[in-house]
Amino acid sequence: MQILYFLIQQTLLFMIPLLITALGGMFSERSGVVNIALEGIMVMGAFTSILFLNFTQGFMSGNVQLLIAIVIAIVTGMFFSLFHAIAAVNLKADQTISGTALNMFAPAFAIFVARIIQGVQQINFNNTFRIVEVPVLSKIPVIGEMLFKNSYITTYIGFLVLILSALVLYKTRFGLRLRACGENPQAANAAGISVEKMQYAGVLISGALAGLGGLVFVVPTSTNFNATVSGYGFLAVAVLIFGQWKPKYILFAAFFFGFMKALSNSYASIPFLFELNIQSYIYKMVPYIATILVLIFTSKNSSAPKASGIPFDPMQR
Amino acid sequence: MKRKLDIAPFVSSIVAILCGLIIGFIILLISNNKEAVPGFATILSGPVAHGMKGIGQVFYYATPLILCGLSVGFAFKTGLFNIGGSGQFLMGAFGGVLVGLTMDNLGPMQWVVALLFATLLGALWGAIPGILKAYFNVNEVITCIMLNYIALFWVNMTVKGSDVLFNTLRNESKDIPKVSTIPKLGLDVIFDGSSVNSGIIIAIVAAIVLYIVLEKTTFGYELKACGFNKVASKYAGINENRSIVMSMLIAGAICGLAGGIMLLSGTGRHIEVKDVIPNEGFNGISVALLGISNPIGIIFSGLFIAYLTAGGFYLQLFHFSKEIIDIIIAVIIYFSAFALIIKMLMSKFSKKPPERELIAAQKALHDVEMKDKKEKEV
Repeated sequence: MQILYFLIQQTLLFMIPLLITALGGMFSERSGVVNIALEGIMVMGAFTSILFLNFTQGFMSGNVQLLIAIVIAIVTGMFFSLFHAIAAVNLKADQTISGTALNMFAPAFAIFVARIIQGVQQINFNNTFRIVEVPVLSKIPVIGEMLFKNSYITTYIGFLVLILSALVLYKTRFGLRLRACGENPQAANAAGISVEKMQYAGVLISGALAGLGGLVFVVPTSTNFNATVSGYGFLAVAVLIFGQWKPKYILFAAFFFGFMKALSNSYASIPFLFELNIQSYIYKMVPYIATILVLIFTSKNSSAPKASGIPFDPMQR
Repeated sequence: MKRKLDIAPFVSSIVAILCGLIIGFIILLISNNKEAVPGFATILSGPVAHGMKGIGQVFYYATPLILCGLSVGFAFKTGLFNIGGSGQFLMGAFGGVLVGLTMDNLGPMQWVVALLFATLLGALWGAIPGILKAYFNVNEVITCIMLNYIALFWVNMTVKGSDVLFNTLRNESKDIPKVSTIPKLGLDVIFDGSSVNSGIIIAIVAAIVLYIVLEKTTFGYELKACGFNKVASKYAGINENRSIVMSMLIAGAICGLAGGIMLLSGTGRHIEVKDVIPNEGFNGISVALLGISNPIGIIFSGLFIAYLTAGGFYLQLFHFSKEIIDIIIAVIIYFSAFALIIKMLMSKFSKKPPERELIAAQKALHDVEMKDKKEKEV
């Protein structure tokens, strides 16, 4: 049982950033804008917020500091994604190319600025954010052990984001309009919805969540930030597709990817897996291979937003 | 019929480059206003200021840039986005290292076989997204991203697991023996002190071959036709599935070749067993965009970006880190995504009345429609 608890806790650490970022990508794609810049946005969000942690670590600590950092990460992500929105919505540019440019810009910018500010590119921070035990809740059998011990506040924020995303997407007028723009923007436009505004909203939400995802990725697993999120932004794109652009499946996909990652990291300490003698690289490869397989089997009736990636042109009605 | 030279894409590349350089200069100014001007001058003049050695370095940097640019550009022509260049590069690098380290009974042919094997592995890796796109309708961008990581982990696993390939002390692939490195053909004498080798000649030859294939053969015409309009080309009797697979296969082969060349050039490049994807494939995207996917244009854009990269190396003398070059290149890509806008602006000002009238007519139509809609709302 101890092993299972340990694995679940590890899984949560890897799964939450994927979940948050993939949900962000969902908002962008369902409004009709492909966002492969998630990786770059994650880097930028992590960069500014970890820089803040580094600056304030003498006189601030604990979860108050982390919450301010979270706000900073969100704002940074939104600001950075604005460039993608301008390119994709206003200028009708190729969205993959614009995303590639942002992905290239972010790590270079993070290294360049970090070197100017502090001489080295690696930004250190003190991790004072671990919650040893949540009072009362940690006493619940099984669940308390899994979710409310040795946890981070970011885990709960991740689940909150999931619930809010599902509600916004399916239960609000805004969500309905957003989805309409991703499926048939001409029809949405004809119905009086401003496609441009909806797509801006989609991209900015994706920026906010991806920026947050960047911070959430770095904080629990490291004590420094080295201008990279190790391809988690691309992995989040895979989670999004594996999750068929729907919140509940995205949760499942993020869990699967996080679990595989946890296995690759800690299989050596689990006796029966250690005896199987499968290399950690195999565990690392599985999510990517699984994504390709899912794509092959679902491509016949793909639930991808129909207008995703196509610049909106009102004249094509 | 005489074909008119379309200069709009060329102009948009120049505009993108200027925007990139200006923003790069502004960032230098903000970060350190005293050294910004000499620093920026170094980016622009650095390689030339260091004589033949500097120019040789530009050719060395340009080799993978041109090849990966050709790969991305070739796929673009068929309407495909090859973002998997890095994975194909890595597979090629692995192929090159494998033959370069193990098959020493081949004598002087060893590097040739190594490059061929590198090309083959790259082609294989490129063909997968092509096949999935053609027969299963899977978006090639996603498959390419997934395959980048699969290649990374597979190559790392295989290199690490092999005593013949792995250098345990340095956590990377072993040194390639001198006999199996690519010949220098006297280039090292002309450009004394630089790392240049005959790879650059292979890259330029590859560009010319691809240009001929695209512009002068039926096969190339079919590929381009598929890029312009898949449905129309199918109607015209072109096998569009075959075109998609062949296009990605060739694109992968060129990136694989680039990987082989870089690992066999004997300049201290190894397969490092780290969970980091090599940059070459992504850099190829910028080269292809700047070179407007034209193989000959890609030679020049590859040289240009290599020139900036070499300049960035000398920039470090001014307490700036070389990442400013990546920032400049990123800005250039960002602005080159706006090619459509620049084209539209140009066609507004150019002397082509029919097209201008057409645009005006469409705009008028749109305005009327919008007016109708507003009235309905009221």
